[in-house]
Amino acid sequence: MGKITLSIYRRDPAVEAEGKFVDYEVPTEDGMVVLDAVKYVETNIDPTLSLRWNCKAGKCGSCSAEINYKPSLMCKTRIDTLGDHIKVAPMGAFPLIKDLVTDVSANWEMLKKIPVFTPRQDAPKPWIIAQIDIERSKEFKKCIECFLCQDVCHVVREHSGTGYFGPRHIVKAASADMHPMDALDRSEFLDANAGLGFCNITKCCTEVCPEDIHITDNAIIPEKERAVNAFYDPIAMIARSRRRKKEAKNNGKQ
Amino acid sequence: MAEKYIDYETDILIIGAGGAGLRAAIAGFDSGVRVTVVTKSLLGKAHTVMAEGGIAASLGNLDSKDNWEVHFNDTFVEGVYISNWRMAELLAREAPDRVYELEQYGALFDRTPEGKISQRAFGAHTYRRLCHVGDRTGLELIKTLEDQVLHRDIKFFDEMYITKLLKKGDRVIGAVGIKLNSGEFYAFRAKAVIVATGGCGKIYKVTSNSWESTGDGLGLAFNAGAELMDMEMIQFHPTGMVYPPGVRGLLVTEGVRGDGGILLNSEGERFMLRYSPKKKELDARDIVARANYAEIMAGRGTPHGGVYLDISHKGADYIKTKLPSMYAQFKDFAGVDITKEKMEVAPTVHYQMGGIKVDPDTTRTNVEGLFAAGEVASGLHGGNRLGGNSLADILVFGRRSGLGAAEYTKKATLEDPSKSDIEGEIARVKSYLRDDGRNPYEVIEELSSNMSENVGIIRTETNLQKALIKILELKSAAPKVGVRGDLKYNKGLLACLEIPNMLTAAEAIVRGAITRKESRGAHARSDYPKKDPNFKKNIIYKKSGDEMKLELRPVPEMPENLKKLVDPEEY
Repeated sequence: MGKITLSIYRRDPAVEAEGKFVDYEVPTEDGMVVLDAVKYVETNIDPTLSLRWNCKAGKCGSCSAEINYKPSLMCKTRIDTLGDHIKVAPMGAFPLIKDLVTDVSANWEMLKKIPVFTPRQDAPKPWIIAQIDIERSKEFKKCIECFLCQDVCHVVREHSGTGYFGPRHIVKAASADMHPMDALDRSEFLDANAGLGFCNITKCCTEVCPEDIHITDNAIIPEKERAVNAFYDPIAMIARSRRRKKEAKNNGKQ
Repeated sequence: MAEKYIDYETDILIIGAGGAGLRAAIAGFDSGVRVTVVTKSLLGKAHTVMAEGGIAASLGNLDSKDNWEVHFNDTFVEGVYISNWRMAELLAREAPDRVYELEQYGALFDRTPEGKISQRAFGAHTYRRLCHVGDRTGLELIKTLEDQVLHRDIKFFDEMYITKLLKKGDRVIGAVGIKLNSGEFYAFRAKAVIVATGGCGKIYKVTSNSWESTGDGLGLAFNAGAELMDMEMIQFHPTGMVYPPGVRGLLVTEGVRGDGGILLNSEGERFMLRYSPKKKELDARDIVARANYAEIMAGRGTPHGGVYLDISHKGADYIKTKLPSMYAQFKDFAGVDITKEKMEVAPTVHYQMGGIKVDPDTTRTNVEGLFAAGEVASGLHGGNRLGGNSLADILVFGRRSGLGAAEYTKKATLEDPSKSDIEGEIARVKSYLRDDGRNPYEVIEELSSNMSENVGIIRTETNLQKALIKILELKSAAPKVGVRGDLKYNKGLLACLEIPNMLTAAEAIVRGAITRKESRGAHARSDYPKKDPNFKKNIIYKKSGDEMKLELRPVPEMPENLKKLVDPEEY
């Protein structure tokens, strides 16, 4: 059994203006993950250390943190891939509650605004759906809401004034849009109300996703394309303006 | 001393945001009453997320002979004849509607070649019955319900831990809670309270349960006067991971066996042929778990103390499509490629069949104003739960509990709790903040080691008595635990508050196991290895002063029309 030095970020923003990294010595065992090490500190050294975790199995997305500066799940990051000095910090894109715990509640407010799955009314029940038609949406439904993609996104992190909802929320909208029985198109909403245009497809979100969702290629770019086709295609723009004029004329006649 | 707290008023207060709590919230809200959900973790993170295999519902999409009657029989017989017949009937009849409803809410199930919802085989289900989303069914279920809840005007408090139910006379009228992420106290006034807090697996050392499963609802309800039932029935899932140590106990879905996986001992023998020649790996969980345990005990285990589970013969494509998260779990945590190598698995504590005794139709408890649903409630699963019946349970009885509570609130009034009750409770919570307290994690460690060593898969009088002495000793030590720091996001403080609930659960399990002098379902005693007709009864647990009183009660008599559906019991 070896040991490592774990540097954990400690700060209670209510009483401390600045945070600091505190070093702890932790014994290691086979197959140990960062969460095991942080929990060792909590259980054996300092029970006042604040951390958030639930399933310890990579299924719930609670234990998100920045491990050696990379947004990662503590429960899925093995110690033996990192050497004997490991730095653990909270997600920087969210307000700090204490130590490793951040306030991610703004995400629920955004999720509330994304139009809910709205089933088509024309299909007879029970629904008949081909397996191949569920695959696209299914990829996005793997999302465990760890918000690591939000954390790494430089638009979310440094340009909050843009109103960009962030990768998680585009994935959410895409999962409904690409549901074979959904009746809506959320691209207009994403473009007008969720700052979709501000994503400049650097793909950092895809890189950190623990569920290997191709966020940029499969969710963000298709939603951008839909928005472009619907609202910025010159031919569609002319057609739309003609339609509006005609409607205005008809309304005038009444 | 006057304590500061925030008053909050609602019609239905739901404690717990797993599948049962969220489904109850939807049903309550859609009935036109105000609903508030509180959870000690974040929305969408509850233990439901870890359910893998699927939802049992007799759609008959693959086996057209399947119907609710067969599902009813399977549930009742494998519950070893002590289930509540009405709960089993409601589950079997209503599960298909709940699955189709979930689909209308946006859940996307895997399909058959004809485009219907696909169904997989699972232990002791007569037909292929489990509607699934790969091996991530729980995630799909909870995210779908989360989406529905977020788009309704349902109030939500996350990281809120309820420490006590408030009563006026014999009625529950609200609760006291601490908002963990701010350290503020809340006094909830509610016309009805639904407890949907899940199980108590964390009182064991080796368990598939997440940290939340500390039996909170059991403690809250028991202290408010609710009867518990069948607590001795703890399900060991046959297949949990054994290596590396950090993931010991982590679930390996029954879907692996449902989709063709076989169990082997260290001699390469497919031993289930010996234990259960007909149903083999797909017999009920209690039987497969004991077989795995017996092989390990007989010295035919793997290097890390398990047995082998092998699905590699099915090929990489099949495995990666059907069991993607199992593939990732073994690759990430154990460095094992299950498309080529065998898995090492051993029994792990998985589910509490017992819990709060409820009325089947409305889920009300014996305490007025108090309801319970999901794993924390009892009656449906009897002595053994079938895989896939818990996700069906939380949908069917989650909804019923929302409807039952909503109906009740229409006649009930809001009451003012006594100020001294609230302030006394806040003072109790604060009393754990001290410099000289015993480390709460030490107590939890002692409790969980005790349970795993003495109240395991095979039980004896000697070990159970030993376990009871230890639990009583820890009970008197519990008030002396404490932590430094303050009220905000102090997980050590939370552990102090959870310990009494864990001890209530543990004491009930052990006292029940001592009382049930037979082997039935998940409860196996080497000193009473046979099933005994005198114990075809439910054990009821009641609080009497500071004591826990036990009582054997006959299983409710089934009506004649249902009796015809059930295979007769054999001894």
